[in-house]
Amino acid sequence: MILRLNSSSGVPIYLQLMEQIKHAIETGALKAGDQLPTIRKLAEELVMNPNTVVRAYRELQHEGVIEVRHGSGAYVSELAASGARVTRKAQSIVQSALERLASFGLTEDEVRRLFENELAQHRSVKVMGGKDE
Amino acid sequence: MSEAIIEARGLHKSFKGTPALNGLDLDVPAGSIFGFLGRNGAGKTTTIKLLMGLLKADRGDAHVFGLRAGDASASIEIRRRIGFATEEKELYPYMTVAQVIRFTRSFFPRWRDDLAERYLRLFELPAQRKIPALSKGMRSKLMLLLAMSHGAELLVLDEPTEGLDPAAVEGVLRELVALSGADGTTIFFSSHQLSEVEQIADHVCIIERGATVVAGSLDDLKLQYQRLRVVFAGDGAAPVHWVDGVQHIHQEGRTVEMLVSRNLDAILQQAHALPGASVERFPVTLKEIFLEQVRSS
Repeated sequence: MILRLNSSSGVPIYLQLMEQIKHAIETGALKAGDQLPTIRKLAEELVMNPNTVVRAYRELQHEGVIEVRHGSGAYVSELAASGARVTRKAQSIVQSALERLASFGLTEDEVRRLFENELAQHRSVKVMGGKDE
Repeated sequence: MSEAIIEARGLHKSFKGTPALNGLDLDVPAGSIFGFLGRNGAGKTTTIKLLMGLLKADRGDAHVFGLRAGDASASIEIRRRIGFATEEKELYPYMTVAQVIRFTRSFFPRWRDDLAERYLRLFELPAQRKIPALSKGMRSKLMLLLAMSHGAELLVLDEPTEGLDPAAVEGVLRELVALSGADGTTIFFSSHQLSEVEQIADHVCIIERGATVVAGSLDDLKLQYQRLRVVFAGDGAAPVHWVDGVQHIHQEGRTVEMLVSRNLDAILQQAHALPGASVERFPVTLKEIFLEQVRSS
């Protein structure tokens, strides 16, 4: 697995690891049933704390992204792979939305600002428990 | 990873009337890789000496493996079970690298020949060279080899990568991580290299003027500390009395920037309650946490 972790970024490493494994599944680099490296091997390869790998694997297992088979190791779950199919569907939604917005003559920056504002609105509604509605 | 393999409460120690430790607390979970941080003179080396039984505390107590540090017979037992490396240690000037290894090995029944051979090779240490002819970096690596081949369940390392080049540093970090992964060896190390600590530690403790100012899991600290940038409508100061945990408020026009060290959720709620607020969050590095904590204490 080609992973790029940034220990000085301020984002906890276990979260970065989880994100990158999920990304690998989304892009199809990891498929359902593929085996993940052992905790020791991954820790040594990336020169990172094995407890951090344990935490990431445990959270991924909790989310159903990976399955741990006793004595055998960690494997990408079928659920995760189908989640990847959802991502590919979402991708085509975004593609057609962008095509339509482009036909209005909006610039890339304007489109980006629209998305960011909507996301921020969406996030603040969640924090306030929907008070703004 | 829950039992404390090292535990200290309210450690006080003075040297000729000058306080070096001022009520220091420490909790090192078994199996952790623990970064012990602090400015020069903050009390790191004094703490390590206390744990190793080389000094006795004036007040407070410390336990290693559940045994009382500073108690004469307990200290012997404690030292037997720790792989210890520090810059200050004297090495025998008439011995070669191979002889020092053979000599040290004889004291420790759990000595790992396989690891000693591995480190000799990986650290590129010349077996037949005499100690005084070793470079500073090689001497550090030899100290590490001796500590790490010990078969100990706890390593106590005082600035283990000091003076090593980046490739050697990466090699040492990789071997430390391998030891941790292989049999849950607890690794307690002091360091000035925050980026190295961030890379391999799961817990940290920052001390300043002989007392603990930050301690806990590194992941939790990174989730607890945030930089916030809040833009709000209206002129003048933000109409809010921030809860405890906000540091360094800096306002320019309608933008407020601040470092949050705790109560993040409450502060976010306050920020979002400002008129027309938009709130951006930025992660905080260990360096920023360190500088913040030693500045404000």
